[in-house]
Amino acid sequence: MPHRFLIHEPGDSVGVAVADIKAGESVTGTFLHDHSPSVAVTARRDIPLGHKIALAAVAAQGPVVKYGVVIGDATADIAPGDHVHVHNLKSRRWAK
Amino acid sequence: MKNTFLGYRRRDGKVGVRNHVAILPLDDLSNAAATAVGHLIQGTLPLPHPYGRLQFGRDLRLFFDTMIGTGRNPNIAAVVVIGIEPNWTRKVAEAITETGKPVAWFAIERSGDLATIEKASRKAKEFVQAAGEIRREEVPLSELVVSIKCGESDTTSGLAANPIVGRVVERLLAAGGTVIFGETTELTGGEDIVAARMKTPEARARFQKVFDDYARLIETEGADLLGSQPTQGNIIGGLTTIEEKALGNIQKIGRARVDGVLAKAEAVPGRGLWFMDSSSAAAEAVTLYAAGGAVIHLFPTGQGNIIGNPVIPVIKLSGNPLTVSTMSEHIDVDVTGILALTKTLDQAADDLQDMLIRTADGRPASAEVLGHKEFVLTRLFESA
Repeated sequence: MPHRFLIHEPGDSVGVAVADIKAGESVTGTFLHDHSPSVAVTARRDIPLGHKIALAAVAAQGPVVKYGVVIGDATADIAPGDHVHVHNLKSRRWAK
Repeated sequence: MKNTFLGYRRRDGKVGVRNHVAILPLDDLSNAAATAVGHLIQGTLPLPHPYGRLQFGRDLRLFFDTMIGTGRNPNIAAVVVIGIEPNWTRKVAEAITETGKPVAWFAIERSGDLATIEKASRKAKEFVQAAGEIRREEVPLSELVVSIKCGESDTTSGLAANPIVGRVVERLLAAGGTVIFGETTELTGGEDIVAARMKTPEARARFQKVFDDYARLIETEGADLLGSQPTQGNIIGGLTTIEEKALGNIQKIGRARVDGVLAKAEAVPGRGLWFMDSSSAAAEAVTLYAAGGAVIHLFPTGQGNIIGNPVIPVIKLSGNPLTVSTMSEHIDVDVTGILALTKTLDQAADDLQDMLIRTADGRPASAEVLGHKEFVLTRLFESA
């Protein structure tokens, strides 16, 4: 399995790991629907299966896009290859 | 791909895929008698539950709709209703009788448990033997009512299991079939996308009202849904926000448009795709869909939800290789090939459609074999 992550839509800020990725590994991913083209990124953190890997830089407070839709805002600067999860991404819903 | 299945045609024209004789307790007090009949008479399905006393108003109406809808489900050939007192017991039994299926009811007051168990058991025996003579017949897929809901979702649900269900839903609808989906709470974050899929302005307005009522409840209760959604299981699986979870969730309806909106446990009025206002707790939701007329359920899971239902088979699929390898006995369709790129979504949808039809034809789903019979009633507020 050469690809290590999948991407839902072109323009998404994140891909989804389909196998565990270790920090420092250079990995490639592909698009879910047409299996092409491939995108390469170097992981800055461990990214477990099913977790999100940043494909593009997102500044703190900036929108994170998946499925072609905003899924929340960054709570810290995100660099390509970062693990994107509850420590740096927050919902826009019912935000108090 | 096969587009027929072997079903049980009922007197009201509806088609079931199982042939149960249900022993339905009207209330908590009657569980002992109903369960006793289940022990005495092989081939019956007792449906114990903890409610049915001193309920009132909207909560009572939902209780009756759930009881009656369950009894009317085409997977049930005949019903014995047992209640403590005659009034509510008779009311539920008579409403089930409208389908034309054999129904008998017994009240425990003035008889006691033992005499009631004997009378009910004699009737149940008669019903089991009669049900055994009903034959399956070949029926087009357009007659199948399928419900869909996912659980313990993770990012693999959004990548694999949910979009595969979406493809099958598109095919069922193209064949003239009927699909029920719901999970009001879990659509939060994606509710505008679902609202835009409604075929009519009336349906859109009704959907918006269901959603607004729910949002108001959350506010009134001072609850912070962010504390419970996504769930801990979701977060372990890599889901971060409720928007992300909702977007993954609605992959299950593919690109289909929605015909209308149903209240909890409301009988599905016709063919097409229907949104039912419902909890996102798996057992509650599937119980409501079965009461609405679903006869088989497709359940995508990420981290591995193990839910089943006593009345309708629940078919599980997962795209998470860890779940499929560590919980294999619960998974009916392995869709990990999507993550490995060894299968396309359409090929995996073929696998799921094949399993849907085989299960409808009589192959027991894993949840049935493992004895998962979660019959869980939704309550709106406390009893008087």
